[in-house]
Amino acid sequence: MTALTLAALALWLVIAMFPFVWTAWGSFKIENDFFSKADWTQALTGPLTRATYGSAFTGAGYYGAWIREEFWRAALNTGIVVVCVVAISLTLGTLGGYALSRSTYRYAFWLLIVALVFRAMPPITLVSGYLLPFYQWNLWGHLPTAIIVLVAINQPFTLWMLTAFFRNIPRDLDESARVDGCTPFQAFRHVIIPVMWPGVITTGLFSFLLAYNDFVVTAMLLSKDNQTMIPKIASFLGTTQTEGNIMFAVSSVVSVTAPLFVLVMVFQRQIVSGLTAGAVKG
Amino acid sequence: MRHKTFLAFFLPTATAMFLFIALPIVSVLVQSVHAPHEQVIREVENCTPFGCTKSTTVDQDATAALRADQPLGRFVGLGIYGDRSHLAFSELAAAWAGSARLGDFFDRILHLPFYRALAFTLTYMATVTPLSIALGFFVALAVNAIPRLFRGPVIFVSLLPMIVTPLVGALILFWMVDSRGIIGAAVQWAAGDPNLSLKASTTLTWIMLIVYGIWSTAPFAFVVYYAGLQTVPQDTLESAMIDGASRWERVRYIVIPHLLPLTTFMALIKIMDNFRVFEPIVSFNAGAHAQSLSYFIYSDLGGETRLLSSAAATSVLTIGGVLVLLSPVLVRTWRSFGRA
Repeated sequence: MTALTLAALALWLVIAMFPFVWTAWGSFKIENDFFSKADWTQALTGPLTRATYGSAFTGAGYYGAWIREEFWRAALNTGIVVVCVVAISLTLGTLGGYALSRSTYRYAFWLLIVALVFRAMPPITLVSGYLLPFYQWNLWGHLPTAIIVLVAINQPFTLWMLTAFFRNIPRDLDESARVDGCTPFQAFRHVIIPVMWPGVITTGLFSFLLAYNDFVVTAMLLSKDNQTMIPKIASFLGTTQTEGNIMFAVSSVVSVTAPLFVLVMVFQRQIVSGLTAGAVKG
Repeated sequence: MRHKTFLAFFLPTATAMFLFIALPIVSVLVQSVHAPHEQVIREVENCTPFGCTKSTTVDQDATAALRADQPLGRFVGLGIYGDRSHLAFSELAAAWAGSARLGDFFDRILHLPFYRALAFTLTYMATVTPLSIALGFFVALAVNAIPRLFRGPVIFVSLLPMIVTPLVGALILFWMVDSRGIIGAAVQWAAGDPNLSLKASTTLTWIMLIVYGIWSTAPFAFVVYYAGLQTVPQDTLESAMIDGASRWERVRYIVIPHLLPLTTFMALIKIMDNFRVFEPIVSFNAGAHAQSLSYFIYSDLGGETRLLSSAAATSVLTIGGVLVLLSPVLVRTWRSFGRA
């Protein structure tokens, strides 16, 4: 362990961490402190914030975003979308992934290849395919539509990951259940489900991240009053920058990032194992 | 597993993917060969005592009725693909004929919107992928060398740039490189130019986006390599050490060959992901200087007039690009499957 390696590592940690710390700290200041032309230390000490609010920290940005601009509504919508997407895509994905991992036929392989191609396509290339039919059938702008689209877009990835996890569950397990007289579904229900949780939790985390982080689908398929958090932040940028209240966007960005911090902290092990699952084996 | 059982288990997910991935692709293809109806023009004859004059007016009702009747528009074949905002065949030919040198030719091509977007997408993909993999590799080596106790927190911090929403992560950096933000101010101070703005020039915007790309994708490479490093055979390393191999030689001749399969896998995933680069451009408000294919589609879809046909044509071309990128993998699996 040389000093050079250590210094390089420390530098990387600063690069990885500093932007978040800086922005979180700055979100409690007013705009002229956080974006200070005169002196960058103002963002640290906040003299103008003190002059305005009597204290070096203010929750004005948070108040403005969450209450005045109704960010809570977007947060609520995000909650609904995320819970539904995770639940539905895991239900469909476990069934499909189990079938793919147990089938010995050629078509199972080709289905996985098709899923790989679907996974590689940028989601926005599909959006123009949705818009016209959704307008025609009056499906555009509703939460359920966005949820189903997100589930579908997420399926290829879910299938790949769950198939990899299910391959590690020995075939003998469900075969002996079949010998004991279970139907295929009973074997799945009573034998596979109890041992599949690690894989399902990891896959669920990634489904969560996809639904929570999505901008393309939610921005294009949801109407203004049904917006989720990420498009809402993007819309803050359009309107509030002219009002000179960019701090709404800064504080909502911090609000969106905070749950992700907690998530990584709690589920770090699962996330790492999920990221490496496909890679290390094959 | 029998066909019938397989189908029963697979049907729900297959239905979802068919309805919301396969059919939309068909819908995109169909839209890309249709263009919106032109306005219905009616010729009106106005007769006055001094004679008759003919004038043309737009028949609003008939136009609306026609558009409602056939929402897809009129069939134009591959016309949209060849127009100025897509493959621009005639402009290409003109540029080829009109430019004396090859550099001249490329200069002209890069003024065409589709080729400009393609150029940025490919540049981004070709720089971010190797650089982020290299950075991830070095971080993994360093983390692997520190005491086990500290690894947890270090991994936690390293994961953050990747886990955070792309739009939000890019916004955070965008505010910092603002000329009133901390990085922007530092760059101005370092360059000695108080009016320098990282957002004003095309080159600097590209560099900024690429730096963001490396920052946000290096953690993935780091995690995969870190896991891979745990599987490096220890006795090989030890015997190399006894033989007097330096640290660098051990990395060069043992670790890197061991991790090569991982690198192929990771490069594939990252090429796919970097090809769809989109959110950072929105966050950096960089549409004027850098457009990716995805952003190009997005800007067609947004705005006052939704250019569905144009977006559809770009989408088809983008999907084509993805297939080209994937083709080595597809050909390889096809071959290995033929042998098995």
